[in-house]
Amino acid sequence: MRLLEYQAKELFKEYGIKVPPSKASKDIEQGRKDAKELGYPFVIKAQVPVGGRGKAGGIQKCNSDDEFELKYPQVLEMSIKGEKTRAILLEKMADIKKELYLSLFLNRSKRCYTIIASAEGGVEIESVKNQIIKEVGLGDVDEATAREVAKEMKLDEKASNDLVDFLKRLSKLTIEKEAELAEINPLAIIGDGSLLALDGKVMTDDNANFRHEELQKYQEKSELEEKAEKSGFSLVELEGNIAVVGNGAGLVMSTLDMLSDNGGKPACFLDVGGGATTESVYEALTLISKMKRVKGILVNLYGGIVKTSVVAAAFIQAYENNLIDLPVFARLRGAESEKAKEMLKDTKTKLFDSVEDAINAAVMGIKK
Amino acid sequence: MTRVFDLLQGKPSDPDFKKKPVIVQGITGKFGSLHTKLMMEYGTNIAAGVTPGKGGEKFEGIPIYNTVKEAVDATGAKISIIFVPAKFFLGAAKDALEAGIKLLVAIPEHVPVRDTLEVLSLAQKNDAIVIGPNTPGIMIPEIIKIGIMPASPFKAGDVAVLSKSGTLLYEISNSLTQAGFGQSITIGIGGDPVNGTRLIDAFEMVKDLPGLRGLVIVGEIGGDAEELLAKRIIDSGFKKPVVAYIAGRAAPKEKRMGHAGAIVMGTYGSAESKVSMFNKANIPVAKRPVEVPVLLAKKMDSYSD
Repeated sequence: MRLLEYQAKELFKEYGIKVPPSKASKDIEQGRKDAKELGYPFVIKAQVPVGGRGKAGGIQKCNSDDEFELKYPQVLEMSIKGEKTRAILLEKMADIKKELYLSLFLNRSKRCYTIIASAEGGVEIESVKNQIIKEVGLGDVDEATAREVAKEMKLDEKASNDLVDFLKRLSKLTIEKEAELAEINPLAIIGDGSLLALDGKVMTDDNANFRHEELQKYQEKSELEEKAEKSGFSLVELEGNIAVVGNGAGLVMSTLDMLSDNGGKPACFLDVGGGATTESVYEALTLISKMKRVKGILVNLYGGIVKTSVVAAAFIQAYENNLIDLPVFARLRGAESEKAKEMLKDTKTKLFDSVEDAINAAVMGIKK
Repeated sequence: MTRVFDLLQGKPSDPDFKKKPVIVQGITGKFGSLHTKLMMEYGTNIAAGVTPGKGGEKFEGIPIYNTVKEAVDATGAKISIIFVPAKFFLGAAKDALEAGIKLLVAIPEHVPVRDTLEVLSLAQKNDAIVIGPNTPGIMIPEIIKIGIMPASPFKAGDVAVLSKSGTLLYEISNSLTQAGFGQSITIGIGGDPVNGTRLIDAFEMVKDLPGLRGLVIVGEIGGDAEELLAKRIIDSGFKKPVVAYIAGRAAPKEKRMGHAGAIVMGTYGSAESKVSMFNKANIPVAKRPVEVPVLLAKKMDSYSD
C-alpha cells in the first residue's frame, strides 16, 4: 500500500517523528475550518500517490481567504501524472535552513533493509548526491549505526542528535508496520537547529495486510479493485478501451506490451491467477462488464493444465446471461481447443491460434 | 555439476540416481494434492507428504507425516515443496529447514516479505537453497519436476531457462521446444520482491553445466535483478548465447502489476533500464515471447566454441 503524505505523517506522529502542524481534508467546507484553525500563511498540498507534484503545481502557498477560495478547488481538481488529487493537506511553512534526505527501504537484490541518508536532500532520490548507504538486516537500526550515519552527514550536535532519534523511530515504524519504504524527503533543519519531517512517503507490504488491521483505513481501492481482490485476481485499471485478461502476471503484462506496440489502448490489466476455471473467467467478465469505457476484450490464457473448453464455457454463460455484449478476442492455449472453437463458433468470441493474431483482430475490430 | 543438480538428480553411482525423494508440505490441500498427482505422473519420486494432524494417513499411497522431521527421518529426502497458504509459510519453511531440507521449493504467493527474509536468513545458516516464494518451481525436463508447471511445454535439451514469471516460462519454453530447443533445466525465480534464488544465483547454478548451449532469461519490471545479472554475465566472461525477454514495457509506474515484485519506482525497475543493461551485455531482448527462439538461433549461428 502506498500511503499518501498525510497518512505517512499520521504514522510519523504516532512514532514521535516531528512534522509541521497540518490538517487534511477532502472538501472545501472542511478545508475552510482547517484553514481557520491553522491560520495563514500555509501551503496547500495535493495528496496524490505519485512524486513530482511540486513541479506540477500541486503545492501552492496561501496567504489569505481570497487566495484559499481560489487555490483550494484548483488543487483539489488537479490530476498529476494521471492521478487525481485524493485529499488536501494544509500545512504550516517551516523556517528551512537546510534540506536533508533520509530513508529506510527493502533492498530487493541485497535481500535486507538499507538506510540511505544524505545532507543534500529535497530532490528525488535518483538525484540525491553524496548518499550514505548502510545495510541493516531486517531493519533494526541501533544507536551506534544511527550515530555513524549522523557523523557521516557532518551535522552539528543538535541536528545530529535529532537525526539519531528520527532514524531509530523510522526503523521502529518500518519494522512494526512492515514497510518496504519509509522516506523523509525533505528532512529539514529549521531555524532552531532541530529537525522536522516536511514530506513523507511510506509503502507497506500488501502481503502483510492480514496482520495490520490498523492500516486498513488507508486502503484506497476502487470498488472494482476490491471485488477483484476478493476473487483472487489482480486488477489495475488503465485508460484505454480494450480490457486485457489473462492468467499469470507476466503473461498479462506481455499481452499489454504487445497490444500497446500494435496501437491498441489497454483498459485494464486483469490477471485471474495461475489457473483458470469457468468460474474465474466468468468472474473476470463480470468485473469487465462494469467498466463503461471497455469496447472489447482481449483474452490470453495459457492453460497448461486447464482445458480450453472449460474456459469457453464461461464466455457462453456470459452471453447467455447477457452479462456482456462485447466482442472478445481470445487466444486460449491448452487441451481441447478444437472443442472450444466449436462451442464459440456463432458467438461474439473469436478464437485465435496466436496472441499476435488475436491482438491484430482486436485493434482492427475495435477501431471500427 | 553444480550443487542444485546433485540435489535434483544425484550422481550416477547413487542408487536413487534421477529418482531423488521429494516431500510435499501441504499434500492434502486442494492445490497440493492436485500437483502431487501431476508431479508423480511426470515421474517425480514423491516419497512423503506433510500435513500437521494427518500423520499416519496416506495420499495416493504416499505416507503422510505430522512434521518434516518425521518425513525426512523416514525417507532421507533433502528436497521439499511447500503448498501451504501464505500465512503459514514461515512455519512450514522453518520446519523444513530445521529438519535438514537442502532444496526448498516455495510455491505460495502473497508471503509477507518479512517472513521471506526470515526464512532466507535461516536457509543461509543451514546452507540450503530456497526457490521462490511465488515460484512455479524447478525442473529438469523428462527427469524431475518440482512445481506446478504443466508438462507439455517442456522437453529435455540443452538450453537453461530462468524466469520470474510462471506462465511466461511455459509460453517461452513451449516456443523453444517447438523450435527444437529442449531445456536442460528451468528455474522459476518467482514474482516476489525478494527471491530465495535470485537471477544471479540461478545463473551461477547453470553457467558451468556441461553441454549447455544457451541461456534464456525471462524477466519483468521491478527491482534490478536483470541489471545485476547482465552485469554478472559481462564480468564472468560467459560467452555462450544468451537471449532475454522483459515483460511490462507498457505498465504504468508505481502500480503493482499482479506480482508483488512487479512495480516501477521512478526509474528503478523500469523495462528501459533492464533492456539497456542487456544491450550493454550484448544480450538481445525479444519484443514478443515468440521471438525468443528466433533470436537464440541467430546467436547460436554466430557462436563458435
